[in-house]
Amino acid sequence: MLPLFVAIPLGVGFLLPLIEEFRDRTRLFSVFVLLETGGLLALSLIKFGDKGIYRMGGWAPPFGINFVQDGLTSLILVVISGIAFVTTLFAITYMKEYENLGRFYGLFSLMLAGMYGVALTGDIFNMYVYLEVAAISSYALVGFNRGAEEIEASFKYLIMGAVGSVFILLGIALLYGSVGSLNIADISVKVSELPNDSFIVLSTALFIVGFGLKAAFIPFHSWLPDAHSSAPTPISAMLSGVLIKVLGIYALARLLFNGLNLPGVAPSILTWIGAGSMFIGGMIALGQKDLKRLLAYSSISQMGYITLAVGMGGILINQGKPGIATLALMGGIFHLVNHATYKSLLFLFSGSVEKIFGSRDLSEIGGLNSISPVSGAAGTIGTLSISGVPPFNGFWSKLVIVIAAIWGKLYPLAGIILFTSAITLAYYLKVQRQLFMGKPTKKASELTKTSAGLYIPLIILAICCIGLGLLYLPEIRGLVLKPAALALQEGSEYTKLVLGL
Amino acid sequence: MLTYLLAFILFAVGLYSVINKRNLIKIIMGVIIMEHAVNAFLILIGYRMSGEAPIVEEGVSISEFLSTAVDPLPQALVITSIVISLGVVALMVGLAIRIYQHYGTFDITEIRKLRG
Repeated sequence: MLPLFVAIPLGVGFLLPLIEEFRDRTRLFSVFVLLETGGLLALSLIKFGDKGIYRMGGWAPPFGINFVQDGLTSLILVVISGIAFVTTLFAITYMKEYENLGRFYGLFSLMLAGMYGVALTGDIFNMYVYLEVAAISSYALVGFNRGAEEIEASFKYLIMGAVGSVFILLGIALLYGSVGSLNIADISVKVSELPNDSFIVLSTALFIVGFGLKAAFIPFHSWLPDAHSSAPTPISAMLSGVLIKVLGIYALARLLFNGLNLPGVAPSILTWIGAGSMFIGGMIALGQKDLKRLLAYSSISQMGYITLAVGMGGILINQGKPGIATLALMGGIFHLVNHATYKSLLFLFSGSVEKIFGSRDLSEIGGLNSISPVSGAAGTIGTLSISGVPPFNGFWSKLVIVIAAIWGKLYPLAGIILFTSAITLAYYLKVQRQLFMGKPTKKASELTKTSAGLYIPLIILAICCIGLGLLYLPEIRGLVLKPAALALQEGSEYTKLVLGL
Repeated sequence: MLTYLLAFILFAVGLYSVINKRNLIKIIMGVIIMEHAVNAFLILIGYRMSGEAPIVEEGVSISEFLSTAVDPLPQALVITSIVISLGVVALMVGLAIRIYQHYGTFDITEIRKLRG
């Protein structure tokens, strides 16, 4: 079953551009992609919680490539499929006026195939290949509109992404040179026999830089606001909602926790990079006028929360406090899921705002609540969730991270988290005041009405935003988040699962 | 060891070119140089002086085979990575042509509609 996650989107990704060569049938493409993402969502929900590996070509793990599913992978698969499904639902209406939709959906499917591959694979070189599949299709998707700005953003993203990939490949080469294996579980066994090998330290640093470029941590973030604000809206939602997480923090955490056994200072470096991204991203977002750029900088800031929580988990594991480490990792993963839902909600929302007002400059638009109450309500829920207002999901994940920081006696981090939450609230209050309450600058007759296809996805995501708060309850948390956190924490379990030792 | 060092110097040259050059084509060439440096490094990992082709023949014991054959895995990796870099370079050059059509220049200091 596991290879289907890669095989289905890969097949669709090549089929649709091929059909387009002969017949340009937009409706056919939409049905195809909707069936694809819906099917994958169903598959990922059916497979949720399973543990197992798939050996490609029947070769046993250290030699052959294998797909691994554990607690974390299950959760990531559901997140990718869920966001992809809702995004497709939105794209079907939103992308109607665009040309070459076969190629658009083809690239979209290829990006999905790459992300599923990164989530599933248990082999680092294979991970690199899937990462490039996802990255190359996302470079092309960012420049899909072919305007001057889009092409420029795409080129910038491409250069930064290519440099990141080269760093990752060099790290893989160094790691292979010193341990002689590419399988993550096997690397974990061999690395524990060679402590403080300087090549392994160098390759860890290269991985942090390489995946940091993909995840847009703060010194490497300059491509993200351009790329995410220039891409077509459904793609912005996919990039900010899922891509930077899967290619960035998930892949890095998988390698550091399960492959390299958390070498020395790496978790603290990760934590401080996270704290920096969180704070600086939030500060820059405060001064943004363009709605999409504001959301993009806020993505950098929110990725900081996830990175900080994951790094903090690593620090606490190295300090020998496994209970609190589980809590920190759970907070990070919880925030990852939450951020995927509300950030894709907000990006899709910004798309429908752009459709209504014909602009996304916050000084020109306003009074959404009276023009389109449904998207106004969905947007309100999204902004309240991301700024961490109590009943919504964003509050609970931030709470878990802060509790973990306090119990782990990492008080400065707890302080930065609380301060950044205040900043986040501030810039979303600005959005709220301008966009929902303020007066519209244009007359209502000049505005276009949105169709149902544009706000149904928003409603679905808004319901998810409220419902996901339930993950905080201990019973549900133990069922969903705990296996995911333990998959990172218990490196030996992963090795046992893959190598069958 | 010297050959490894040369691969790293090549890598550094590529990185310098990506970071410091203003011309889009030179930046693209910098990325290409970096990719080639990593490919060369990967090949060097599997290289063995006067090694044999890694094909097991009848009558050759495994331990003897392991002590003479070169490591075939890096070669497989390099082929894959060359194909990937081909895709990346093709996309980069395509985008550079589009940028030239829009802006009429390859100088990145003049291509600044976005602020970053």
